[in-house]
Amino acid sequence: MQESEAMGGNVVGKRVKKDFVPMKTGLVISSLAASLLLAVLVSLMFGKYPIGVGDICSFFLWKIFNARVSLSVDREVLENILLNIRLPRIVAAMFVGASLSISGASFQAMFINPLVSPGILGVLAGASFGAALAMVFSKSWIVVQSSCFIFGFIAVMISMGVARLYKGNTVLLLILGGVISGALFTSLLSIVKYLADPYNQLPAIVYWLMGGLTLVDLGTLKNTAIPVIAGIALIVSLSGYLNVLSMGDEEARTMGVPVERIRFILIVMATMLSAITVVLAGMVGWVGLIIPHMARMIVGPDNRVLIPVSALTGALYLILVDDVSRLAFTTEIPLGIITSLIGIPFFAAVLKRANRGWS
Amino acid sequence: MPLIETRDVNFAYTDKMVLNNISVSIHEGEIVTLLGPNGSGKSTLLKLFMGLIRPHSGIVRLNGRDIAVIPQKELARQIAYVPQVHKSAFPYTVLDIILMGRMPHKTFFFRYSREDIRIARSAMEKLSIAHLSGRPYTEISGGERQLTLIARALVQGSSIFVMDEPASGLDYGNQLRLLEQITILSKEGYTFIKSTHSPEHALWIADRAVMIRGGEIIADGHCGNVVNSEMLFRLYNTKVNIVKLNGSLRVCIPDAFHPGLVPGPAAYDPPDTNAEGPTGALTAKREEKLRVMR
Repeated sequence: MQESEAMGGNVVGKRVKKDFVPMKTGLVISSLAASLLLAVLVSLMFGKYPIGVGDICSFFLWKIFNARVSLSVDREVLENILLNIRLPRIVAAMFVGASLSISGASFQAMFINPLVSPGILGVLAGASFGAALAMVFSKSWIVVQSSCFIFGFIAVMISMGVARLYKGNTVLLLILGGVISGALFTSLLSIVKYLADPYNQLPAIVYWLMGGLTLVDLGTLKNTAIPVIAGIALIVSLSGYLNVLSMGDEEARTMGVPVERIRFILIVMATMLSAITVVLAGMVGWVGLIIPHMARMIVGPDNRVLIPVSALTGALYLILVDDVSRLAFTTEIPLGIITSLIGIPFFAAVLKRANRGWS
Repeated sequence: MPLIETRDVNFAYTDKMVLNNISVSIHEGEIVTLLGPNGSGKSTLLKLFMGLIRPHSGIVRLNGRDIAVIPQKELARQIAYVPQVHKSAFPYTVLDIILMGRMPHKTFFFRYSREDIRIARSAMEKLSIAHLSGRPYTEISGGERQLTLIARALVQGSSIFVMDEPASGLDYGNQLRLLEQITILSKEGYTFIKSTHSPEHALWIADRAVMIRGGEIIADGHCGNVVNSEMLFRLYNTKVNIVKLNGSLRVCIPDAFHPGLVPGPAAYDPPDTNAEGPTGALTAKREEKLRVMR
């Protein structure tokens, strides 16, 4: 039966649209990993106090293998700069980039909506409110982190709820739901700011919300490492379900997928990851939206590949942006401002591409 | 024993009765076509067969077992859903889409194996779409998409295919190729339960037609017997001639365009007085039933 179609297929097959040709997955992943390693090394080198590659390598050889090495700089100075200042910040950048990208890619697939991200669904706003609220009333780390997660989760639920209240274009309704839930938590956040002590708490909240990794230290990293790594690992291992979920609930169910359970796990994990980025770096917008799109252009939409590639790309992107944020000017520009400045025009471009899925 | 059956099934969405006392038995290898006007409950009945919704009363049985107690994965290995040709928000490749059909055979944490890919490829070859394997699903034709979805149902390993208006969204040629494909698969023992808006599709390929109006079955039987002028008028409220060609093949000719032009039995002429009568009685009966169900 396919004679005519087969012919058509062959003719068109030769000129498949360029951005849909997925590159060899292994090659992409290994080159991303290599770039990431290079970016870490370069970021360790530069700063107010530049350190040579030789010294960095020797220092780590000494630190890890206890090798005898000669250093041109004092060991304690190196230890302080590399291990206490630069490395935590770099690792935090990787955590934030990978978490936001993975959670954005998962939200996009499970809501069948290439235009959503943790920021657009209101998760970041909800988590920011949660964190600010906790910061005003408590100093406990656990309280801040939990409150961040709880309000982030409430924010997604509000977005989903609003989208389900009305019949119509679900893609746009979910975004409107996100606008509503984001606006709600932004105004609640204003109340917290208004109530906060104007000399200490208010500036702390404001600077932290602009998004930045200045305050990250080893302690913060230790507290977040396990949930971040566990969340990423779980989403990566469930990434095959994202493909099926993005075909719609009914189809997924007829293929034997326990839709509610899987989606609940994925929403919780994606929300937790986004909430943690708020704890680490404040509001870092747009990363969760644009990185999955970039990754999709490189490897195609198959989530089993897209999810890990998004994580690597996001980690790399945030290290680079953070380098710009701390090195480009004499004073540091908050990270969140740069990601927004890059992200917004990118989003405008994505809108054009994404409208194929609107009807 | 029927392969799949419903017994006295009732179903209502919040306050609207959708299905009323439906009993259908479907046997292995049959092609069963559901005919009925928009909103008559065809899609709801198909969803009941797939276990996507549960009847409010009555029972759906698969091989004699209540479908409600069959685990979702096991059910997916026996009944596959071939949806209407749809757009996908993401440009998955045809192979990616077909591999999804392997889900009911996978554990919670899974990876597709070489075996899965081999099964997917052989399904593609069977439907002659192997050349589409790496193409994005968003960029192939409607007919090719439909074949992709059928291939996905094939790799699910199920023997019952449920299709909700499979011909909608396909051009004329692809509709006919789809019907051809269904007859081929049916000869291999697959069972098809499909709904359609085109009575001719039932006449051409289906063994059985089940006619639903207002949530009730008004006819169930061999197509040659039940798809006739009278029943089509009752279903769609329009006059249609059914014309026999070469003794066996039947086609529908709407009376509106060629009144009396076509030789053969005249289009059904409804007795005027009766048209509203049974419907009114029906509505009253259902109102009563709804009240009881609440």
